[in-house]
Amino acid sequence: MTIRFVLLVNKQGQTRLAQYYEYLTIEERRALEGEIVRKCLARPDNQCSFVEHRNYKIIYRRYASLFFLVGVDGEENELAILEFIHCVVETMDRYFGNVCELDIMFHLEKAHFMLEEMVMNGCIVETNKQNILNPIQLMDKTT
Amino acid sequence: MAHERCHWSRFRLKSRSQGTVDQLKTIGRELAMGSQGSSKDFLDLVKAIGEAKSKAEEERIVLAEIELLKKRIMEPDVPRKKMKEYIIRLVYVEMLGHDASFGYIYAVKMTHDDNLLCKKSGYLATTLFLNEDHDLIILIVNTIQKDLKSDNYLVVSAALTAVCKLINEETIPAVLPQVIDLLGHPKEHVRKKAVMALHRFYQRSPSSVSHLLTKFRQILCDKDPSVMSAALCALFDLVSSDVKAFKNLTASFVSILKQVAEHRLPKAYDYHRTPAPFVQIKILKILALLGAGDRHTSENMYSVLLEVLKRCEPGKGEPATNISNAILYECICTITAIVASPKLLGMAAEITSRFLKSDNHNYKYMGIDALGRVIQINPDFAEQHQLAVIDCLEDQDDTLKRKTLDLLYKMTKSTNVEVIVDHMISYMRTLSDAHNKTEIASRIVELAERFAPSNQWFIQTMNQVFELAGDLVPAKVAHDLMRLLAKGAGEDDEEADSLLRSSAVESYLQLLGEPKLPSILLQVVCWVLGEFGTAGGTHSADDIIGKLCDVAEAHPGDTVVKGYAITAITKICAFEIAAGRQVQLLPECRSFMDDLLASHSTDLQQRAYELQVFLGLGPDIVQKVLHVNGSGEEIEIDTDLPFLQEFVDSSLANGARPYVHENERFEMSSGMSSFVSTSRTQQEPSHALRFEAYETPTVHTPSASSSAPPSLLPDFQEKKPESPRSLRNQLAADNSQVDLLGPEITRLRLDGVQKKWGRPSAPSQPPPVTTSNFDQEIERSGNGGSGVSERASSNRESTPAVHVYTEKKKAQPEIPAEKQRLAASLFGGSSGKRDANGVKGSKPAPNRPAAGNSKEKIPSTAQAPAPAPLMDLMDMGGGDLFSAPVAKASYDPFKELEGLLDGPSTAASTSTPAAPQKSSSIDFMSLYDSTPVVSHNTVPSTNDHDFLSLGLTSSSGIEPMNRPEAGLLDLNEFPANSPLAGLAGLEQSSSSSSTSLPERKGPSLQDSLQKDATTRQVGVTPTGANPALFQDLFG
Repeated sequence: MTIRFVLLVNKQGQTRLAQYYEYLTIEERRALEGEIVRKCLARPDNQCSFVEHRNYKIIYRRYASLFFLVGVDGEENELAILEFIHCVVETMDRYFGNVCELDIMFHLEKAHFMLEEMVMNGCIVETNKQNILNPIQLMDKTT
Repeated sequence: MAHERCHWSRFRLKSRSQGTVDQLKTIGRELAMGSQGSSKDFLDLVKAIGEAKSKAEEERIVLAEIELLKKRIMEPDVPRKKMKEYIIRLVYVEMLGHDASFGYIYAVKMTHDDNLLCKKSGYLATTLFLNEDHDLIILIVNTIQKDLKSDNYLVVSAALTAVCKLINEETIPAVLPQVIDLLGHPKEHVRKKAVMALHRFYQRSPSSVSHLLTKFRQILCDKDPSVMSAALCALFDLVSSDVKAFKNLTASFVSILKQVAEHRLPKAYDYHRTPAPFVQIKILKILALLGAGDRHTSENMYSVLLEVLKRCEPGKGEPATNISNAILYECICTITAIVASPKLLGMAAEITSRFLKSDNHNYKYMGIDALGRVIQINPDFAEQHQLAVIDCLEDQDDTLKRKTLDLLYKMTKSTNVEVIVDHMISYMRTLSDAHNKTEIASRIVELAERFAPSNQWFIQTMNQVFELAGDLVPAKVAHDLMRLLAKGAGEDDEEADSLLRSSAVESYLQLLGEPKLPSILLQVVCWVLGEFGTAGGTHSADDIIGKLCDVAEAHPGDTVVKGYAITAITKICAFEIAAGRQVQLLPECRSFMDDLLASHSTDLQQRAYELQVFLGLGPDIVQKVLHVNGSGEEIEIDTDLPFLQEFVDSSLANGARPYVHENERFEMSSGMSSFVSTSRTQQEPSHALRFEAYETPTVHTPSASSSAPPSLLPDFQEKKPESPRSLRNQLAADNSQVDLLGPEITRLRLDGVQKKWGRPSAPSQPPPVTTSNFDQEIERSGNGGSGVSERASSNRESTPAVHVYTEKKKAQPEIPAEKQRLAASLFGGSSGKRDANGVKGSKPAPNRPAAGNSKEKIPSTAQAPAPAPLMDLMDMGGGDLFSAPVAKASYDPFKELEGLLDGPSTAASTSTPAAPQKSSSIDFMSLYDSTPVVSHNTVPSTNDHDFLSLGLTSSSGIEPMNRPEAGLLDLNEFPANSPLAGLAGLEQSSSSSSTSLPERKGPSLQDSLQKDATTRQVGVTPTGANPALFQDLFG
């Protein structure tokens, strides 16, 4: 049960956040992101939120201008990942308040910190929003 | 500062005067510069990237940024905050696809910083930049060790996060003791991360933590739920690698799952009112592993599975949420994996039906997957859903289509293979990427070989596969095809065989008209034309030779094709000569031959010389050597080699040592001895022991000194033109009769080859006439290598997966005839036709499927649904729940934004109206503002006018877009509203689930205001280049 990467891409196909749980070189990432984005963004909204690409299965969800894409491998519960994406967005929304693309861009590291709390070693470890945000908010206070 | 902001926000809600706006702008700037800690530089960069219109523009910005950073980052005494910012900018550079390695060292340095934010940012950047084998890792281990000892638990957990990404196999021992100690840390946050660090160590190097298995078990009982759930991640991996060792934990998992399902965890672990769904799913996955094939263990799970299923079922009138469906799906996976009770299986089937009947594509997809699992246990179940499956198959949605093809692949049997392969081929036509094509081509080949109803069909199918997938198909497939043609149907029905061959010739001649054919197909074509091109009498030798020359000419770089072509020409010429006709080579053919005579490739040269020799020979010799239709003939081998007796006798008389049978030489297994015989040098009796591995015997080389006759190997395996040895054999194989030395035995012996396709000639392997090694050797080669026999056995093994469905007649007249037919051909098939014991092709009569069952009645429940209405953008899961009231409203350009409003609770899947949820948001509104400017019930319809925030509602009712002065001032009007509107949206979206709204919106009020201030400061305005930047993700 592994998440291989989490990608945030806007509808122009520009990467807004990328977290890989396996190492890929910059060139590999670039190529992969290009292919995936082309594939996912071209799909009409009524189609499945899942796309198979190479050895990945990509589960994606669109929020306003931003696409959240999660690449998984093997036997993964696609619906659960779809909801996990939503959980990520809810968490960001709780932290930023009406989160928008620009929030994530301005606070890239915060968005990463949240993701670090939620996913480790490609596994979903935490979905309790209090637990996720606590350390980040504590840090905000001290700095 | 927080207090000030809070005050400000409250103030903002009530006042809209110009003065205040000015004042606030100043405050906003301060906030942006101060508390955010971001410099103008950084904000400008983000702004520029955010507004970049094209990839090229983005590229320019990033390249300029790299140059800038290279200079700045090296300046002495960069303040820590500034440095942190540079590092985030480096992260941007890499994220946008450029190398930032010049700055890695600064990220590593940043991890030493005392400031927590800086340290954490340093760790973050390091984990993003470096892979675990990078040279700089060694520098960071020391820092990690130090941080793991810190008093500040946030520092410890930051270090543990880094441990998970940066520690490699070699450095594990450096931190392992500390990590183990941290399992007992008072803070659950740290314990959780320590568990994950151990999990990572296990992934990296299982042996490094093999002594800690009991620890993992203990952590499972941690009093903190999040530590427990982290332990599940590790245990899942541990259980997958060794199920037996963890069987005794079944009771613990069951009891945890029970408690979670019964809602014993704190509410904060809920997700949309479902208790800790991701924990439930993880445990279900573990249970599936533990219960597989183990009735006793499975029985212990029955009650908890029932409980989970029951609790996930939506109440009356309530829509099932995405998340509860995710759990239900996982239950199906578990139920079908373990030894389940009929009751559980029934429930799994029922849920599967529900998924399949949904209009939502995501559910359909899950349903198809679940169906594939359920029919492994209950094959009859597929039939009820045939129409749903066909709908999915014909859907525009590529993902769904592919998933359905996966399912059909699992369901293929001899009765429906034609229909399924047809679908696969037409799907393959639509594909462009090699990965998918290779996969689907190999599946088609596999199905065709296993279930082909006729040889004709098999040949045509293979041609299509070659045409579409070309060189992605393994060469072996082509060789199998050629052998099939050579051998015919395997029965003594010459007429049928020649019909088959001439139809192959016709289809290939036609195919040659196509502009671009893959090399492998051309090889087959050349071979077939050479072998059978003139056999039917419809085509003259000159015609065929002309075509072959054209092929060779069109592919000057392809020596393999050229080799096939010249050999084919040789054969045709030989047939002509043998038939007593004068052969006058066409000028083009002559020049082709001359070219090859001077070729750099010895293979081609040899072939050309052979042609030349043939042209000079008389008909009687040629007839002996190469005669029409010789390729399918058997080679009989006289293993006693009587004609050598004289030679042996004279040698013995001259004092040679008598032959000692190798069985007597080594007391070894007979299998071993046959290997040995292939290599002369190792047969000295004195060699009693050998320590090196035996080579795999691929090609038998007839050696001159051998007492064996020169052999002809029907070698259809891949060629290696570089090796003269294999070339020789290859040539022999192609011509199959070239060898002049032993014409009396030049017959391929193919009856031992098990057929992988076509009609069910007895697939049995006749017992070898003798047990001589030579004979075995021939047989092995005749099989086209070991692959064939392996495949044969794997076929037998896998056939139990071939399911047959009994027919049930159900009246259902109103289904389109076409679909009925398709359904019948896919799912029909009377029990009489079942391929029950999987003996390949036990009696696959061609042309059977569709016609016979077309009158079958189809159940109504799965009737084709009307085309699904367009769903709104965000509503992935929710189908028509929210899209109905919203998306149909109008066609204005913001329509899509409207959809976003309906936000999160996409979860819901049925078509209950959303009205009650909308109204519920009112209460929350009043919490924040006594003068609500937003009319809640109109939120969905009016909010689309705003571009600052999707959730924002224009109180004036004027579309700000249209106002000429729209800009900063307007902007200033909106932020106050935005949290409210956002709240409304959020509340609406998550009303079915979340109970924590007030607290969620608490901080967001301030933050969103601050955010607005920031953006204004940067000068990014909604009317600017990229208004999308401001859209609330939640609308």
